Amino acid sequence: MKSKKLTQNPLFLPLVCVLLVLAVNAVYDLSQGKAFYEFFITVINDQGLLTGRLVTILNRGSEVAILAIGMTLVVSASAGTDISVGSVMSLCASFCCMLVAGFGVSSVDDVAIPRLLLGLLGALVMGCICGAFNGTLVAYLNIQPMVATLILWSAARAIGLLLCNNLIVYVRTDAYGVFGGYIGFLPTPILIAAVCIAVVSLVLKKTAMGMYIQSVGINKKASRIAGLNSKRIIFMCYLLCGLCAGIAGIVASSRITSADSNNIGLNMELDAILAVALGGNSLGGGKFNLAGSIIGAYTIQAITTTMYNLGVSSAVAPVFKAVVVIVIVVIQAPPVKNWVRKHTAARPAAGKEAAHA
Amino acid sequence: MKPANAVKGRKQMNGNTLLLIITIVLFVILYAGGCIVYGSKGFTNLQTFLNILISNAGLICVACGMTCVMLTGGIDISVGSLVALDCMLLAYGMGKWHMSAPVMCLIVLAVGLIFGLVQGFCVGYLEIQPFIVSMAGMFFARGMTAVISTDQLSITQDTNAAFYSWANWRLNLPFGGVLNRKGVLIMPYIRVGVIISLLVLIVIFLVLRYTKFGRSLYAVGGSEQSAAMMGLNVKKTKMKAYILSSFLCSIGGICYCLNTQAASVSQATGLEMSAIASAVIGGTLLTGGVGNVIGTLFGVLINGTIASIVQFNGKLASSWPNILTAALLCFFIVLQSVFAFLKEKKK
Repeated sequence: MKSKKLTQNPLFLPLVCVLLVLAVNAVYDLSQGKAFYEFFITVINDQGLLTGRLVTILNRGSEVAILAIGMTLVVSASAGTDISVGSVMSLCASFCCMLVAGFGVSSVDDVAIPRLLLGLLGALVMGCICGAFNGTLVAYLNIQPMVATLILWSAARAIGLLLCNNLIVYVRTDAYGVFGGYIGFLPTPILIAAVCIAVVSLVLKKTAMGMYIQSVGINKKASRIAGLNSKRIIFMCYLLCGLCAGIAGIVASSRITSADSNNIGLNMELDAILAVALGGNSLGGGKFNLAGSIIGAYTIQAITTTMYNLGVSSAVAPVFKAVVVIVIVVIQAPPVKNWVRKHTAARPAAGKEAAHA
Repeated sequence: MKPANAVKGRKQMNGNTLLLIITIVLFVILYAGGCIVYGSKGFTNLQTFLNILISNAGLICVACGMTCVMLTGGIDISVGSLVALDCMLLAYGMGKWHMSAPVMCLIVLAVGLIFGLVQGFCVGYLEIQPFIVSMAGMFFARGMTAVISTDQLSITQDTNAAFYSWANWRLNLPFGGVLNRKGVLIMPYIRVGVIISLLVLIVIFLVLRYTKFGRSLYAVGGSEQSAAMMGLNVKKTKMKAYILSSFLCSIGGICYCLNTQAASVSQATGLEMSAIASAVIGGTLLTGGVGNVIGTLFGVLINGTIASIVQFNGKLASSWPNILTAALLCFFIVLQSVFAFLKEKKK
C-alpha cells in the first residue's frame, strides 16, 4: 500500500532518475579508485571560486532549468510544446550582442554600461516578441503548437545570423561575462535560475494563475464557460516561455562572451521538453508540477555531464537522450498504463516490477 | 469510400483547390520574377529549372512521405536526420566495408523500414504524440550518424565505381538546348535522382488516389473516430503511414547522396523543415485529411526557386532562404486556419 502511494507521487519519476544518475556516478568513481561521494565534493579553489561536479551540473543546467519553467507552463496550458526555444535563445543572444556591439561589428572590448543594459533589455524584449508571435498563432489562430513554433524554430536562428551579419559577435568585457561567470564565489547562472524559479513559483503559489493555467489545460472550453479568458492565458504562457528563452539566451551567450548563432541553444528544445517529461508532467497538458520540471532539468544536465565523464562524445550523446525520451514517454503512454494497471490488479508484484522498469 | 476531398462535394473542394491554385500561381510568379530579374544571368534556361529538380530530388521523395504522414494528422520530423544517416551508411559502407552499391542501397532501405516500423508502432499502437516520437527518432538518427563516423566522407570513383557512375549519369533531353560561349549546343540534362523521385511521386499519387491504403489515410486523417466506425484499422493505418514515410525518406536519402556524393554528421539539417514546409505550402492540412502530392511537388519547387533566386543574386546572406521559407510557411498556415475558421462559421 505504501509503495503504491510512493509511485503515484508526481516527484517519483524524477527522483528515481536522480538516484540512478547518482548510482552510475558512484559506481564509476569507485571503479576509478575514488571515493563514492566524489560527486558531492564541493570546494572553493585557489581563485576563490566554488567548484565541484555538483556545482558544475547546477551551473551548466541553469539554461535548461530556466527554459523548463516556460516549457512547463506551455505544455500545461496548451497540451503542446514550444520547439522554438533553442532558436529563440540564439536569436536573443545575437540581438543582444548586436545592440551592444553595433551592426556588422565583430568584436568590442570596451562597452559603456547603459549600452550593455540596452542590449540585455533588447534581448528580453526580443524573447517576449517571439513568445508573443508563437502565442498569437497558438491561442488566437488555433494552430497546433508544434507546427506554429516550427516557424520560429527554423527562422529565428537564421534571423539571428542575419542580425549579426553572419559573424560571431564578441563582447569581450567583464561586465557582460558576469552573467555566465561568477559573482563572488558563486556561479551567476545558478543565481539567475534560482531567482527565475523563485519568482515564477511565488506568482503561481500566491495568485490563482497556476490554477487558471491548469484548468485551461484540462478543458479549454469549460474554463472559458467558467469565465476564464482561455486564449489570453495560453498567450501569456507562450509569452513567458519566450521571455525565459531570452534569459537563457543571455546566460548562454555570456558564458562565451559572444553570440554564436549557429551553436547557442542547439538541441536545447529537446532538453527542455525532456525536463518537463522527466518531471512527471503529462505532455498532454493539464496538471503540472514545476518542481518536478526543475529537478528534471538538472537531472538531464547530470546525465549529460556523467556521459561526458564516461567519455561519450557530444555528437553521440543524442542517441542516449533519445532512448531516455522514448522510455519515459512509453511509460506515460495510455495503452502501457492500462496494461500495467490490468496486470497490477491481477498480480500486484508483477505490476510493480513493470512500473519500475 | 472515396478520398475525403472528393466526397465532400463541390463547395468544400473549392477551398482546398483554392489553396493548390494559390500555390501554383505563387510558383509561377516567383519563377517569372526570377526570369525577369536574372534573365541575363541565365535564369531562363531550361537547365535552371532542371537544376532545381536535380538538387531537390531527395526532398521530393521525403516530402511525399511527409505528405502521407500529414494526411493521417501526424508529423515526422526525423526525416532530415534519417537522410543524414542514410548518406553516412552509404558512404561508410562503400568506403570502409567495401560493399557493392546495390547491397548498400538495400541495407539503407531496410534501415528505413525498421526505423519507420518502430516510430509507427510508438505512434499507432502506443498512442504517443507523433512529434515526440519523431523528435526522439531525429536525435537518435543524428546520434547514430555520429556513431558510424564523425568524419566528412565523400564518395569518389575509387570508393565505388558503380555508385559514382550512377551519380554522374546524365539523361540529355532532346530539346531546349542552349549555345554556350564557344558556340557548342548544350542539351539540358537530368540525373538519375530526378527520375527516381518523379517515379516515386507518380506512384504515391496513384496510391493515394486509387488504392484502399491511400484512401484509408485520408479517412483516418479526416476523422479517426469515423474511420474506426467504418471498420478501418486506425492503428495499423497510422503505422503503415510512418513506415511509408521512413521508406520514402530512405529512397530520398539515396537520391540526396547521389546528388551530394558526400556524408557528414551535419548533413541535411533542416530538411524536415523544408519537407513540412513543402507539404503545407502545397495545400496539405496539418490537421490531416486533406492534401495531395502534386501540391507537395509545387511546394518543393517553390522552395527550390527561392534558393536558386538567392543563389543567382549572389549577394544575399545564406540565411535568407530559411527565413523566406519560414515566412511562406507562416503565411500558408495562417491561410489554412482562416479557411478552417470560415468553414466552421458556415456550419
